[in-house]
Amino acid sequence: MADIRGKAWKFGDDVDTDVIIPARYLSTSDPQELARHCMEDADPEFFNKINKGDIIVARKNFGCGSSREHAPLSIKEAGISCVIADSFARIFYRNAINIGLPIMESPEAAEKISPGDEVSVDLEKGIIQNETTGEKFYAAPFPEFMQEIIRAGGLIDYVKGKLAEKE
Amino acid sequence: MGMTVAEKIIASRGDKDKVKPGELVKARVDLILGNDITAPVAIREFKKIGVEKVFDPERIVLVPDHFTPNKDIPSAEQAKILKEFAREQKIKNYFEIGRMGIEHALLPELGLTLPGEIIIGADSHTCTYGALGALATGIGSTDMAAAMALGETWFKVPSTIKFVYQGELRKWVSGKDLILFTIGQIGVDGALYQVMEFTGPAIRNMSMDGRLTMSNMAIEAGAKAGIIEPDEITYNYLEGRAQRSFRGLFSDGDASYSQVIEFQVGEIEPQVAFPHSPENTRGISQVEEIPLDQVIIGSCTNGRLEDLRVSAEILKNKKVDPRVRLIVIPGTQKIYQEALREGLIDIFIEAEGAVSTPTCGPCLGGHMGVLAKGEKALATTNRNFVGRMGHPESEVYLSNPAIAAASAVAGKICSPEEVL
Repeated sequence: MADIRGKAWKFGDDVDTDVIIPARYLSTSDPQELARHCMEDADPEFFNKINKGDIIVARKNFGCGSSREHAPLSIKEAGISCVIADSFARIFYRNAINIGLPIMESPEAAEKISPGDEVSVDLEKGIIQNETTGEKFYAAPFPEFMQEIIRAGGLIDYVKGKLAEKE
Repeated sequence: MGMTVAEKIIASRGDKDKVKPGELVKARVDLILGNDITAPVAIREFKKIGVEKVFDPERIVLVPDHFTPNKDIPSAEQAKILKEFAREQKIKNYFEIGRMGIEHALLPELGLTLPGEIIIGADSHTCTYGALGALATGIGSTDMAAAMALGETWFKVPSTIKFVYQGELRKWVSGKDLILFTIGQIGVDGALYQVMEFTGPAIRNMSMDGRLTMSNMAIEAGAKAGIIEPDEITYNYLEGRAQRSFRGLFSDGDASYSQVIEFQVGEIEPQVAFPHSPENTRGISQVEEIPLDQVIIGSCTNGRLEDLRVSAEILKNKKVDPRVRLIVIPGTQKIYQEALREGLIDIFIEAEGAVSTPTCGPCLGGHMGVLAKGEKALATTNRNFVGRMGHPESEVYLSNPAIAAASAVAGKICSPEEVL
């Protein structure tokens, strides 16, 4: 797993999937095209402002609304390395794990990290480090089964592996 | 300790005697659904798995309903992926324009969603089928792809919040108002990761159309499912429709709930959700003067016959305010035809409203009623997020069909009493 480290971009409560990727762009599922419109209705310049590896930090219920997998896809393809939030909407949570977008639930980190802070994340250990302030936060670890999906690189590769075992 | 209906369904499909909240369970799925936005991604991912055939073509449903009839060339290309996959995999439950409907209006109507089943759909409003006593939940495209290959998926067994609705509904109050009121009380993450179980006398006296509306919006409180135990109303509805045999399941008397919340429905007036969140609700008497540019009556939330009937009751012999565009979208071809036979469509056209073929269209700002900058709409749909129906600076208010119809006549949000 590549090191996760980048600048924090902060958002509030209940960031919905229509804000992450508006439906007017859903007549394509091309990840690069989706990435260009990532978070557009919250910040029209978001895609142009971020650097590869940057981190989204948001508050409760991130990714609420639609089941569109285009939402985590657009975030991942835009170059965001991890989303940290107080909590995630359940379909977004599943989708992020399934497509291999790292996510971390930590209300404390989500509250204390400020916009622009340099943040690093150790997914295996569940540690979020604010490199700017030196603060360290611990996220709840993923259940073992989800860690298997994450290690496989997403659900499709996990299923392929399982089917190969059966044969 | 007994189990809730949701726990029992997961246990039955996971071949377990008992499950409890928090447990991860692999469970068989009875039906898998995808649409013209989510299924193309699912089909792309399915092909990466490397299996030739879906686990059971009878148990997969593909409905091109979001951007159809195709609004542009990219949408047409996406819909074509569904059509070709259906042909290749011999999926008979593929519904072309002319036979289709909005997925969550169509599937119950066709008897494809049944009590006691697990139904997953790559659409967040899949939770609609909870109204029939199924555990139905939205998933993403990759989950859909894996389930099409395996016929099963994993669930974290959710805890359940029980909502008890006591008393009788006031005039012009419907399932839509109960669910909006509930979301207003608990918030858009009030049932996050949990099941909402709707019960009590007001639910037992509610029509199937009203129940479908309530379960439909469980996702708007963050819930995994919004479930109503089956009863006579459910079984009567399924008579002559059910396409498979089924067995209804019920919560035990000693089932454990994370919370029990009781409402006196007699105290609830018609609700309006203000921009930009479904939790931002107010009773109609608390709504100040809000002039409108557009009114939408339709969607998977409120595009059923009962919704069209109450709208027509208000619009009869009236005209839509000249500043307002009224767009009425019957949920399915069958609902459309029945509305035509009952004279409802005639009433809408006489009132100078526009009637569209079934589509999700404007609900998600796709087509058939997209808003310009600064415009305000009242819609019977389910979400009023920023940019949901068009321009990021447009506004969407949510209500039941009676309020929507009355407001189209008045040109501002108002109660039916003000125009009748």
